Amino acid sequence: MCDTRSEQPDLTFYLGLGCPYLAVKITPAIPVVGGILFFFVMGTLLRTSFSDPGVLPRATPDEAADLERQIDIANGTSSGGYRPPPRTKEVIINGQTVKLKYCFTCKIFRPPRASHCSLCDNCVERFDHHCPWVGNCVGKRNYRFFYMFILSLSFLTVFILAFVITHVILRSQQTGFLNALKDSPASVLEAVVCFFSVWSIVGLSGFHTYLISSNQTTNEDIKGSWSNKRGKENYNPYSYGNIFTNCCVALCGPISPSLIDRRGYIQPDTPQPTAPSNGIAAYGATQSQSDMCDQDQCIQSTKFVLQAAATPLLQSEPSLTSDELHLPGKPGLGTPCASLTLGQPTPPSSMPNLTTEAALTDILPLKEEHVGHQFLTPEEAPSPPRLLAGSPLAHSRTMHVLGLASQDSLHEDSVRGLVKLSSV
Amino acid sequence: MTQYRPQEDLSKRFWVHNLQELRRSASLATKVFIQRDYSDGTICQFQTKFPPELDSRIERQLFEETVKTLNSFYAEAEKIGGSSYLEGCLACATAYFIFLCMETHYEKVLKKISRYIQEQNEKIFAPRGLLLTDPVERGMRVVSFLAVLCEGTELLTSGLPGEDPQK
Repeated sequence: MCDTRSEQPDLTFYLGLGCPYLAVKITPAIPVVGGILFFFVMGTLLRTSFSDPGVLPRATPDEAADLERQIDIANGTSSGGYRPPPRTKEVIINGQTVKLKYCFTCKIFRPPRASHCSLCDNCVERFDHHCPWVGNCVGKRNYRFFYMFILSLSFLTVFILAFVITHVILRSQQTGFLNALKDSPASVLEAVVCFFSVWSIVGLSGFHTYLISSNQTTNEDIKGSWSNKRGKENYNPYSYGNIFTNCCVALCGPISPSLIDRRGYIQPDTPQPTAPSNGIAAYGATQSQSDMCDQDQCIQSTKFVLQAAATPLLQSEPSLTSDELHLPGKPGLGTPCASLTLGQPTPPSSMPNLTTEAALTDILPLKEEHVGHQFLTPEEAPSPPRLLAGSPLAHSRTMHVLGLASQDSLHEDSVRGLVKLSSV
Repeated sequence: MTQYRPQEDLSKRFWVHNLQELRRSASLATKVFIQRDYSDGTICQFQTKFPPELDSRIERQLFEETVKTLNSFYAEAEKIGGSSYLEGCLACATAYFIFLCMETHYEKVLKKISRYIQEQNEKIFAPRGLLLTDPVERGMRVVSFLAVLCEGTELLTSGLPGEDPQK
């Protein structure tokens, strides 16, 4: 028998323990196939982890405002209460009534089968589940990679288990069982690990095979959305009718491109350094969100665009001088309406009506030590120079007070954001 | 609305320049959003219901035709059939490296769509003071019509808060 290398502490079976033995004894194809499977598993794992599951970008402030308006009209109320009741829309798909929920974080009505992942803080299309092993959500765009990952992993674990057992058996034919175990102690460990893995991984693969063939997501299955237990008339409206088509669509269907704007600038969820002037109270502190305010912001932001185009783009002074005072704080992309960044935790309050309307109006000189922000919740007792507006707001929103350090980057970002705005 | 003349009268460059200006002043605009229509499931479709805000700006039929064409493009992109299966299997077989060389069918259709939208903007919407945005830029959530105000340029110079935008 050849060199078994059992005395070398190797991590895996295929790094030297059983491979040489089996390669010589049976066939060298064994480690080759094992290697291929291993690379396939790693490839699909990385692909699942690093691909966009189908994240739905958050609505722009204009869209959010428009939706809000429509909801308010439909409800017949105008922003009643701190958190309005959950909003839903019903749609009939293929004969089944499906409820579309409004996502307060992303400010959209979620498409059917989409769900908001609290770990990723995004709405994901055809949300299956958030997989901690993979470190990513599993959704429309990466479900097939996930499935291939678990399928190939189950083949790999079965493969390893089978050959570990073969290895031990072959050795014990020569030297007896106990001696065989003594010669390759790691085999025992591997066998145990693989044995338990096989149950869980193969089980998971089987479950997902069932889900694919019935065109359901884990989410729907857990909730029992389409199960017969809910009623005889309950069926899955998304299923294509036969298993083959369902499988083909899930695994070989077209992949839509990612909707994430990877090169865009993130709008931080913080207030702009604004400097309201004497006239501000008249404007908008108590004005509830309306078309008027939206358009005024648009007007102001466009003014800003033109002015910014005239002034040098990147300035490095930490504090805004009087020259810059005419620049209203940070409109960012779109409008100065509060916009949430992707992935940042959001305050659980009702985001909607939020605006930094007053941000856009007249500007007060900024003092170095603060960054004034008019929008503070009633709970945050106004610290001194902060309440430049001087008037409490109708809409409360938790805002962070910017430190001086962040002002710099904020200003740069705001200018970049403008450049982007002007290209819209 | 004298700035926008039919394409035949002006050079292409001026036309494009005007479209860019239109885009820049679009922030003054009233935005009309057309939401997704989920009645056929999760495929990408937009509602063909005519929004009342566009009543005075564009004919109902033109609007519906545009939205229906967009819907048909998206249906083509997401079509499930022999060719999409083939593409999927080929991609899988090459470990998805093939997408370094070629575009997916979906991406090709998206390019077609953006060309179509640009054409429509130039020929039909800009003369009416409207600008259609590509849904891809909005995460496929909405198709938005930007109705640029008639006296857009004047509004830029004045612009005190609280002023009514002129329609």
